[in-house]
Amino acid sequence: MAVEQPERDSYTGYLTTGHEWNGLKELNTPVPRAVYFFLILTFVFSVGYWVLMPAWPLGVTYTKGLLGIDQRNLVAASLQDAAQERSVWTKRIETESFAAIQSDARLMAIVRETGHTLFGNNCAACHGADAKGGPGFPNLTTGSWLWGGKPEDIFNTIRVGINSTHPDTHVGQMPAFGRDQMLPRQDVIKVVSYVYSLSHPGATDVDPAKVEAGKAIFAANCVACHGADAKGNPELGAPNLTDRDWIYGGDFNAIDTTVWGGRQGHMPTWEGRLSALDRKILTLYLVDKRTPRP
Amino acid sequence: MIAQLTLTERQHAIMISAAVAVLGALMILVGQDDAMSIHGVLVFVASAIMIFRIGGSYYAPLPSDDRLAHYYDDPSKVGIVLSMIWVVVGLAVGDWVAWQLVNPDLTFGPGWSSFGRLRPVHTTSVIFGFGGNALIATSFYVLQRTSRARLPDQVSPWFVLYGYNLFCLLAVTGYLMGVTQSKEYAEPEWYNDFWLVVVWVTYFVIYLRTLARRKEPHIYVSNWYYMAFILVVAILHIVNNLAVPISLGHTKSYSAFSGVQDAMTQWWYGHNAVAFFLTAGFLGMMYYFLPMRAGRPIYSYRMSIISFWGITFFYMWAGSHHLHYTALPQWVQTLGMTFSLMLLIPSWASAGNVLLTLNGAWDKVRDDATLRFMMVAGVFYGLTTFEGSFMAIRTVNSLSHYTDWTVGHVHAGALGWVAMITFGSIYASVPWLWKRQQMYSPKLVEAHFWLALAGTVIYVFAMWNSGIVQGLMWRTYTESGTLAYSFVDTLVAMHPYYIARAVGGLLFLIGGCIGAYNIWKTIRISGAAAEQASDVPQPAVVGAGTLQPAE
Repeated sequence: MAVEQPERDSYTGYLTTGHEWNGLKELNTPVPRAVYFFLILTFVFSVGYWVLMPAWPLGVTYTKGLLGIDQRNLVAASLQDAAQERSVWTKRIETESFAAIQSDARLMAIVRETGHTLFGNNCAACHGADAKGGPGFPNLTTGSWLWGGKPEDIFNTIRVGINSTHPDTHVGQMPAFGRDQMLPRQDVIKVVSYVYSLSHPGATDVDPAKVEAGKAIFAANCVACHGADAKGNPELGAPNLTDRDWIYGGDFNAIDTTVWGGRQGHMPTWEGRLSALDRKILTLYLVDKRTPRP
Repeated sequence: MIAQLTLTERQHAIMISAAVAVLGALMILVGQDDAMSIHGVLVFVASAIMIFRIGGSYYAPLPSDDRLAHYYDDPSKVGIVLSMIWVVVGLAVGDWVAWQLVNPDLTFGPGWSSFGRLRPVHTTSVIFGFGGNALIATSFYVLQRTSRARLPDQVSPWFVLYGYNLFCLLAVTGYLMGVTQSKEYAEPEWYNDFWLVVVWVTYFVIYLRTLARRKEPHIYVSNWYYMAFILVVAILHIVNNLAVPISLGHTKSYSAFSGVQDAMTQWWYGHNAVAFFLTAGFLGMMYYFLPMRAGRPIYSYRMSIISFWGITFFYMWAGSHHLHYTALPQWVQTLGMTFSLMLLIPSWASAGNVLLTLNGAWDKVRDDATLRFMMVAGVFYGLTTFEGSFMAIRTVNSLSHYTDWTVGHVHAGALGWVAMITFGSIYASVPWLWKRQQMYSPKLVEAHFWLALAGTVIYVFAMWNSGIVQGLMWRTYTESGTLAYSFVDTLVAMHPYYIARAVGGLLFLIGGCIGAYNIWKTIRISGAAAEQASDVPQPAVVGAGTLQPAE
């Protein structure tokens, strides 16, 4: 056993402990008072906190604390307070008609504010933060609506969804005319030419003969849903084919893909996830946001 | 390295490798329809390589008894090299995922490159690959020198080092295939967890056996911390990973805990992993390499004692501060918060103890980037522990929780404290281990230091801003009493900070690459200087590197 010989460190003036490891030594400097002071301070604070708040377990229960604070009660109370505060305007939105709300500038200001967050957190993932959609997801600002554009229609679509799990869901399907051999390839090309010409009047990049031939095929196969004038049918979710608003693309190839392979879009039901109030705000938000075509 | 093994040790090494190879073959057999078979192949190939390497030198001349008069440093050398490989990989993947957060399309398509799989590759590579290897390497180094005793045998240290790296390899390759328990920092599945237990217990036994053979009357502070690290990590690992596999042939398992108990167990584990893996182990490093490099005695033995017991006692209670305002009963949150506050004092006492140790050596801090790495690590340790206690306060946590502030806090600790102390310790020990006068290029050490510091500061400031902006936006209400911002609005606001973070990470990565290059060159330069270099340059110790009787 080495004899432990404390040495005096010339720089600090303190003694070492006499321990040494491979040349490493330790000073025996006393612990600064501040360390004890703050240890005691944090301990005293903790004891105070334990006395006031729920803290120590006691078998099947725990010390409840003198303040009687419980995070569940607090959050329930603050949710209730917040709902109470909002009820000034939520009651009106819940009960008044769409038209009445739309004519109230103050309510519509709230709709724009609140609708922005609701839309951002629930709808933007598919329809985009600006509600302008993307390939496969409709643009909600154009004024052309698959399932009807009246506020009541939009409200209902948000409620039940499209091809969703809701019992009253909108059900819509564009058959796969080509893939399922309902039409031969040449006929698909003809009808696509015709459909293309509807939204591109005077287009020179399609064969007029095929357009003409396609018209008859359209009449035989497509009018049941899209109508004789090809302006669609919101009862069936059939889109208007004469405008420039396309969900899956309106150029020749995109239309060809749609006619060939069919389409069956999906929108979830929001009834179980958003309250009727939230859905009504979203409806009003969208009605307000859309920019009707002249 | 095999030439150092005795014949019995060579036989033992082959037998152990063969046993592991059989395990690998079994995994291939029973896990045929599962990712487990791929892991079986990895295990089998790894142990086959070991068998061939040992077998190839089986008849090499046996080592002389001379070896017993020196410390056994080969595992430490290999551990440092592995650690530098892991850090480059881990930082690179980390920066990749940071850029993915800037631009989500940077996955380039395949499933393995998605954020969810790469992120644990990053965390495991840097925490367990880099940090773990550095801890194993430095702990063997420090243990022998502060005990004046050689490691008890020459096989078990290799088993620990290579076994541990096999664990890390199975972990990260598993994540890429989607094999995960989904427990943060405890992602590896049940069979890999079993393996780590075997490795870890062996590690602890080496520690105990070496300490039992020590020639010094006292056990040095570093060893208290290394022991706490090994022991507690074993406990945490075993408890948090209690799980039932769906079958012995499948990687998937179900945790023994569910609901809020699962959350509590996970964060008891998670926070103590921070405490005992990322703090205690690295404090062990700091307590040896900083005073050695500075050539100063530890400022206060008494402070060492107070901080050690304070840290080990208080940390155990703090985990529930990760679950404020959740389904966890409030009394548990109270305990987590108050113990986190009390924890600040021993943490600061530790930071203070090492920084005050530098009194009388601040000129060296100015001139020597290696010591400066360690000094800055001490400062970041102090900053991060203050921030941690602060964030554990419930009302502060209500702003910081779930935001990037947490990410910033973690990286202040991981980059500023853990990585800095590790780089400092590695730069100190590489010349000592390989008997060189100094690093290949002290200028590159200097460059690494400034890149690491700049990277850390940019990263942390970016995440503070991002996190606080995010937290404030989440709690902003409109006049009509509804939330003002959608989640996507907060992402748009955070985008610039994400770019800054990725740039900071890139600087840190470049620093890490420079460090790896510098260490590689130091190892490769000819041994001319080696003859004159002593094991421990300052203060000079007679016959350092050899065993000294304490009498």
